[in-house]
Amino acid sequence: MGTETTRPAVGGALPPLEIPITRTLIVAGAIASRDYQDVHHDAELARRKGSPDIFMNILTTNGLVGRYITDHFGPTAVLRKVAIRLGAPNYPGDTMVLTGRIEELDGAAGTATVRVVGENSIGNHVTGTVTVTFTEATVTVTLTDEEAS
Amino acid sequence: MYEGRPAARAGTGKDPVNLPMIRHWCEAMGDTSPAYEGPDAVAPPTMLQAWTMGGLCGHTARTGAYDEMLTLLDEAGCTSIVATDCEQEYLRPLRPGDEIAFDTVIESVSDRKTTKLGTGYFVTTRTDVRVGDELVGTHRFRVLKYAPSGRRRKPPPRPRPVVNRDNAGFWEGVAEERLLVQRCADCGTLRHPWLPGCNACGSLDWDTVESSGEGTVHSYVVMHHPPFPAFDPPYAVGLVELAEGVRMVSNVVGVPYDKVRIGLPVRVEFRRYEDAEGALTLPVFRAADGAAGAVGGEA
Ligand SMILES: [Zn+2]
Repeated sequence: MGTETTRPAVGGALPPLEIPITRTLIVAGAIASRDYQDVHHDAELARRKGSPDIFMNILTTNGLVGRYITDHFGPTAVLRKVAIRLGAPNYPGDTMVLTGRIEELDGAAGTATVRVVGENSIGNHVTGTVTVTFTEATVTVTLTDEEAS
Repeated sequence: MYEGRPAARAGTGKDPVNLPMIRHWCEAMGDTSPAYEGPDAVAPPTMLQAWTMGGLCGHTARTGAYDEMLTLLDEAGCTSIVATDCEQEYLRPLRPGDEIAFDTVIESVSDRKTTKLGTGYFVTTRTDVRVGDELVGTHRFRVLKYAPSGRRRKPPPRPRPVVNRDNAGFWEGVAEERLLVQRCADCGTLRHPWLPGCNACGSLDWDTVESSGEGTVHSYVVMHHPPFPAFDPPYAVGLVELAEGVRMVSNVVGVPYDKVRIGLPVRVEFRRYEDAEGALTLPVFRAADGAAGAVGGEA
């Protein structure tokens, strides 16, 4: 493993982020986002509505996608746009792996557009695009052994 | 017809942007960015919608148009809702102390679509979030309001009456919407429930009379617990004394369960049920018109 500062490049992949989908995360995310819909905290009522269990709300997914981008681009990065579409629900016990690829880059403006996908065991939970402005020097990438070698 | 109509007008955030809510959000998201803490903290931009949420007490700024549209969709069988898309643009960071206001318009309502979840309508709204006169962010939100398909659970079948050779005549009468009471062929005593012999004289000979179906509540209970899958508690079960003098147990309908009283005048009504086990007719007792608390139509 190694850590180094790199220049973002079009086509560059962000390191994946694995997020265990715990019941606690789903409920904490729902309440932190002020979303008290029963399908996000009450398994019995969720089942009555045809869902096998509680599932993550869209605001939490949005928050996790935003975090994924700012974790990568650093504390001075500023999110400009986040557009996401939900697919396979995030149920407790699953794991979501977020991956990202830089689609557009404007070096002068320090703006990147990143395509983000969050996949769980059922399929793509989220697909989306994030536009972020950043200061290049702050982009720190943790490389895997393979990439570092 | 609802497109372009406001869904929420001049809504205001229930709380100003504040550090505790920011911290709770960051804890939940596992977001450790230093940008969201300390004296120069800003709110995570993705919290934009959270500041507009109604919370446990609900929204106060929603317009009639939005609720009316949701009710129409409910009535069309689209009783479930799921968020599908969220597009946010952040014009400037929100900081502790910012008091947000928002307006939401219904941007579009799709034709009826078939999805994996069921058929339904995509409803897209756009919310402009302001601090004072300054637009700080926009938030486009799409939900699918749908009728769940496939796994939709059918109501469990009602339990069936136990029909045997002693009471078969009663249930044959019910199937023809006639309430039959046994009468001793020797002494004329009426009896219910149906039995092979007369309690008064022991005779095994009998015929039937058709009840007028008129009666009064002789006694009753209200079932709250335990719930039985085919029923929807609370509901009233009455011991009804028919005008002919015999008593019969069944549901008392057409009146709220807590308005059933001893002496309440009732009349038999034959209800047909269709479920997984087929058709079923059962006699129930409806509170007479004008009786205390009686309501027309379905109970
Ligand atoms: Zn007799």
